[in-house]
Amino acid sequence: MARTPGQAARRDPDWEGVRLHVVSGKGGTGKTTLAAALALALAADGGRVLLIEVEGRQGIAELFGIAALPYEERRIASVSRAQLGLPPDEGGGGGGGEVFALAIDTELALLEYLEMFYKLGRAGKALQKVGFVDFATTIAPGVRDVLLTGKACEAARRKGPDGRRRYDAVVMDAPPTGRLTRFLNVNAEVAGLARIGPIHTQAQAVMRVLKSPETAVHLVTLLEEMPVQETVDGFAELREARLPVGGVMVNMVRPPVLDAAAVAAVDGDHREEVALALGEAGLGGRSRKTETVRAAVEPLLDPLLAQAREHAERVELEREQRADLQQLRLPTYELPLLGEGVYLGGLYRLAGELKRQGAA
Amino acid sequence: MTSSGTSGGSGGAGRTSGHGGSGGHHGNGGNGVRSTGSRLAVDRLIDDPKTRIIVCCGSGGVGKTTTAAAIGLRAAERGRKVVVLTIDPARRLAQSMGLTELDNTPRVVKGVTGDGELQAMMLDMKRTFDEVVLAHAEPERAKAIMENPFYQSLSAGFAGTQEYMAMEKLGQLRAAEEWDLIVVDTPPSRSALDFLDAPNRLGSFLDGRVIRILTAPAKVGGRSAMRFLNAGMGLLTGTLGKIFGAQLLTDVQTFVSAMDSMFGGFRERADRTYQLLKAPGTAFLVVAAPERDALREAAYFVDRLAADRMPLAGLVLNRVHGSGAPQLTAERALAAAEALEENGSEHASPEAELLAAGLLRLHAERMQIMGRERRTRDRFVSVYPDVPIVEVAALPGDVHDLDGLRAIGDRLSGTA
Repeated sequence: MARTPGQAARRDPDWEGVRLHVVSGKGGTGKTTLAAALALALAADGGRVLLIEVEGRQGIAELFGIAALPYEERRIASVSRAQLGLPPDEGGGGGGGEVFALAIDTELALLEYLEMFYKLGRAGKALQKVGFVDFATTIAPGVRDVLLTGKACEAARRKGPDGRRRYDAVVMDAPPTGRLTRFLNVNAEVAGLARIGPIHTQAQAVMRVLKSPETAVHLVTLLEEMPVQETVDGFAELREARLPVGGVMVNMVRPPVLDAAAVAAVDGDHREEVALALGEAGLGGRSRKTETVRAAVEPLLDPLLAQAREHAERVELEREQRADLQQLRLPTYELPLLGEGVYLGGLYRLAGELKRQGAA
Repeated sequence: MTSSGTSGGSGGAGRTSGHGGSGGHHGNGGNGVRSTGSRLAVDRLIDDPKTRIIVCCGSGGVGKTTTAAAIGLRAAERGRKVVVLTIDPARRLAQSMGLTELDNTPRVVKGVTGDGELQAMMLDMKRTFDEVVLAHAEPERAKAIMENPFYQSLSAGFAGTQEYMAMEKLGQLRAAEEWDLIVVDTPPSRSALDFLDAPNRLGSFLDGRVIRILTAPAKVGGRSAMRFLNAGMGLLTGTLGKIFGAQLLTDVQTFVSAMDSMFGGFRERADRTYQLLKAPGTAFLVVAAPERDALREAAYFVDRLAADRMPLAGLVLNRVHGSGAPQLTAERALAAAEALEENGSEHASPEAELLAAGLLRLHAERMQIMGRERRTRDRFVSVYPDVPIVEVAALPGDVHDLDGLRAIGDRLSGTA
């Protein structure tokens, strides 16, 4: 089901109609990176996309190489098809779009919420002073989650003065898979605590958006056993909670260079010939004498073969993991490992890849 | 060209060889700092009978749990009576130790050789919390607390509960005096520091002003100083009532006043366990992978341990890549691969040329990874030259059995 780059140069995106993209995954799989790349991809055809971060780690700022983000929506990037290495759109128009970012501060979000509904004025400050916010969000973690998801839902539905949506899409860099369903299923979380009242109403409103076709939850994984297992479990949990399942983003994929058969071929019939080829490629030093060259290549041969064996073993493991992911029967996107680590150029490259493969 | 040439050059990223300052100078910001990180002697640490607790900490996804399990197994097979407390092990890893259910009790791990013994357990934070409540309140009150919806939310969901309960469990295991070495894995927190901060957070939360205000009616006499508190309480309860509804407010107050009697016990326990971590006999192992983010977290942790005077044994750097042919640089390997692919060779078959080019490309990739890892590691070492490090070679797959854990133990101690 994975689409290889270039296979479909221009196609309808898989998530037409989705306005809230929730991106999660096991820790260490690069979900912040792919959330940012998805935001860029969604903005490439024009329009405005909001990228939201909820865990207070300033991952977005670091990724884009900018100062720490305040609790305020601010423009962090502009992006066009050309920047993502894509051909111009058929319509020809549109000079690309913009990505805004918001790092949600729970405390400020709660005060903002209270202000909006209760016009607390000074009382809000007093609450802050006695540590009320800490108290409320500690004793009932669900309350914090309602605030965070509520903010994302609000942004996804917000309308500007012209009656059009303020943002064409909102991408939320959500907590890792282990805590995801709990985080999104705010209704269930607060139901036991607040059976009636405004928080209850708010939770229900949030749930309506989260469970609607306007939302999709994507999971980021690597082609390794633990992340794949967590992804499979994660989707099962999402389905059980009736949350809208999105796509699988397979990150840090390395192209297979040699498979087990190739390694076996080197080891068996071709060992001498491969040594010969290595020698002729200049690895045997300057000597013209066959024996000298062969002797110079010899110490390389076993280490290179050992590396190839490890590689073949990994390719085989990855094949198994890919098969497990295919069982999910979900749109799957494969993103390459960025050799030099993630840098801004690499981020745009990932965004282009997501767009080419139909994620945006 | 030249800058990348220096990094791929000499030194060899020795997988487990005890190279101290590998590579000498490597254009480390041009300040001429040499990496002098010494080698962490894991066997000496686990063989020392004075080592009673080893805490494995670090950010998520760096192999903390696997490291804890491997160290526990190795210590047991070298004769110690060990218990490993794991927090949230991957399924296969748990199975490798025979842990099939989360029952909050140490179980003997079968298949361990030698005179020692290995027990392992998975933390059940809700049950541990229940035990704490039961230990500090009379049965009726304990029941009231455990039935309160806020307790249920707090015990299952408070951001620091898992960390606090891991500490609590560690305290219990230590007090039992049944083992001579306890190896603790720490929860998969966003930040490595959460483990150290959580007990205080829970403690100060339970001691906080809001709680004081909420529980005030029961204690306040008619003193004038309490007028502020009462005003504060009116505001607070009014607001809480507005936001959550009146029923919820009643629940909060019931919960808080029920817990009030236990505050002393809670704080005392948290403080005692914290002190235990500072005591001689405790050793912290910071676990990381040779990646920027993981090592940055490791650095925070090292700073924090130093600030709190907690004993750092060293850094375990997992998943380090090595090569048996470090003399062949990435640049030369790539150039040779391209030469083969474009020009072919005189004597070898086209098939052999492609295979040889593949071997070379893999090698180039490996050398680039190694170069990147070494630069990341050296940055850490130049800031923390005194922290002993052990590098553990990357394994192609996950650990599924005791043999896999033994292999990691060998790598940890440099005997692989």
